[in-house]
Amino acid sequence: MTIAFDYTRSLGPVLGRFMAGLRDRRVLGARTSDGRVHVPPLEFDPVTHKPVTDLVEVSGAGTVVSWTWSPHPLEGQPLDRPFGWALIRLDGADTTMIHAVDAGAETRMRTGMRVRARWAADRTGHIRDLACFEPAGSSVGSSAGSSAGSAVGSSAGEAAGEPVRIMVTPIRLHYRHTTSDEEDHYLRALADGRLIGQRCPACRKVYVPPRVCPADGVAPGEVVAVSDRGTVTTFCVVNVPFAGQRLDPPYVVAQVLLDGADIPVPHLILGLDAAQVRMGMRVAAVWRDRAQWSATPENIAHFEPTGEPDAGYESYAEHL
Amino acid sequence: MRRAAVLGTGQTQHRSRRTDVSMAGLCREAIDRALTDSDTDWSQIDAVVLGKAPDLFEGVMMPELFLADAIGAAGKPLLRVHTAGSVGGATALVATSLIRAGVHRRVLAVAFEKQSESNAMWALSIQPPFSAPIGAGAGGYFAPHIRSYIRRFGVPEHVGALVAVKDRRNGALNPYAHLRQPDITPESVRSSPMLWDPIRYDETCPSSDGACAVVIGDQAAAESSSDQVAWIRATAMRTEPTSYSGKDHVNPRAGALAARALWAAAGISDPLDEVDVAEIYVPFSWFEPMWLENLGFTGPGQGWKLTEAGETGIGGRLPVNPSGGVLCSNPIGASGLLRFAEAAMQVMGRAGAHQVAGAGTALGHAYGGGSQFFSMWVVGKQP
Repeated sequence: MTIAFDYTRSLGPVLGRFMAGLRDRRVLGARTSDGRVHVPPLEFDPVTHKPVTDLVEVSGAGTVVSWTWSPHPLEGQPLDRPFGWALIRLDGADTTMIHAVDAGAETRMRTGMRVRARWAADRTGHIRDLACFEPAGSSVGSSAGSSAGSAVGSSAGEAAGEPVRIMVTPIRLHYRHTTSDEEDHYLRALADGRLIGQRCPACRKVYVPPRVCPADGVAPGEVVAVSDRGTVTTFCVVNVPFAGQRLDPPYVVAQVLLDGADIPVPHLILGLDAAQVRMGMRVAAVWRDRAQWSATPENIAHFEPTGEPDAGYESYAEHL
Repeated sequence: MRRAAVLGTGQTQHRSRRTDVSMAGLCREAIDRALTDSDTDWSQIDAVVLGKAPDLFEGVMMPELFLADAIGAAGKPLLRVHTAGSVGGATALVATSLIRAGVHRRVLAVAFEKQSESNAMWALSIQPPFSAPIGAGAGGYFAPHIRSYIRRFGVPEHVGALVAVKDRRNGALNPYAHLRQPDITPESVRSSPMLWDPIRYDETCPSSDGACAVVIGDQAAAESSSDQVAWIRATAMRTEPTSYSGKDHVNPRAGALAARALWAAAGISDPLDEVDVAEIYVPFSWFEPMWLENLGFTGPGQGWKLTEAGETGIGGRLPVNPSGGVLCSNPIGASGLLRFAEAAMQVMGRAGAHQVAGAGTALGHAYGGGSQFFSMWVVGKQP
């Protein structure tokens, strides 16, 4: 499965000026009380703890202080071909920043090599405006930076245009989920149109889906067939749309205590007006067409009322 | 046991979007105010404890790494705490433990959330593979438990609106509060949209950017303070599984056990009588009466009567959330620490317009996860 979101970064006064500088192909560092110039800039002085206000421009060219070779670039990294990961001290800076060096081959990388910034063609005031670094000896003309260490002080922000307020940083995470033994049994049963639980050997409760007992911490034992009918213990009517939602509101999400189980499962109640759903209502699973079944709980589309009399409150009061 | 006390507190202006500051800047706004309030210099801080809710909320893995410098932890011990929504409370308790253990003399506890960097509802609604395609959102998780509470005790339907009105009006007295609604009425709450039946829009916490910080000191540090400090009389933290067969979501065992331990440690036999003000974690209005019962202020099924009688308002028998609480400001990671800090502010007499007159003993409370983590403290004018 993939989890992805376009996160934002509120940059504040220091990083906002740094990003604005990058947009104009200028690199700004933070001068702290001890006279050092930090690139990328720090927002707060590590010695005095005061907010940093003194931004100075450094060169877009610098020296590789240390490096490693990345033969298999990963998604989201600056380059999609093998590159050097390097700690680069820009001329005029006292600290190093890590960035990619597009050296072409590992044999072209060495400590002490001179590199210069390669700027993105379309710059928006984003960390990616600084695309990567390249060996300074390459034939492309000198492009980056101005005189090293020139103090531009508080005027740097204006010189580089308005500080950037917000930067968007999309993040994508890919997961591969490995099923537990209990999950495996449960999903295989679902593929056959059956619901199973497993009984905790200590408390004797039947958990659906089966799992290591959360109360006793022991692996489940006896496999128990449970009904695809049950009782609504409690529920809510979802009227609100929200990010990531997979259904159109309004809809009812209920806790359904399946007959033979000792813990309810959450599911949808459809087939009647949301206002008519009630605690104690008897419901049954509505399975999708058998041709669509696979090893997934999605084989059950939703639950619908059975028309049986409501269950007494006492029968489910312990399972709310 | 060694004594510990809150020397000072600080918090940000909580807003839905604090796009004027970075995460570091947000934390520092609260920290700088806490240092000023406690008359403490950076050199006097021995350790820093940082609390924050799930990293997926901002999309920054382990923010303590990049924040270490800005929150003044360079060269000092830094601990990160994470217990979901209760994390702010847990952060204060970890800092307290460092003092009580005799390890440090002054510890800075800070907690934050910058919800505007992402969408907490999205982050909380991600379902693992092989789960049924059912999402109800954050309120959808708690709404069925509120329905259970109403059903179990036959609670009148209007009680939730009364809490919302009280807390939002209290928030109007708090200059830091995100939502400040002095003109809200029970009628306007009850005519607001039903989001997750039985939870209405006006009965739901906002999504906020904000931070909170407290400086906790040992006995010597407290006694050298020229201002009234908040002595930490007792702390408690308890945990239970998110769900298990027979779990009581209305009156969770971990919360009840924590409260029992808390009152015993504080030497309090009748909390309703002996506690002057309570800051309780109420993200949805109905949790006020539920937690009053869980905390032992009343017996089961009696909490709503205290609320309905107006006894939880400022001037009532037990003012609850005079700051406006989570219903007015909800920077999730900081929300618990705000409860703890507001309790301290009350006994220090520094709560301004929402000060409860004569507050000598106060409760700070937080819960998190699926009513899974509970943390609380009792602070007082006297040790």
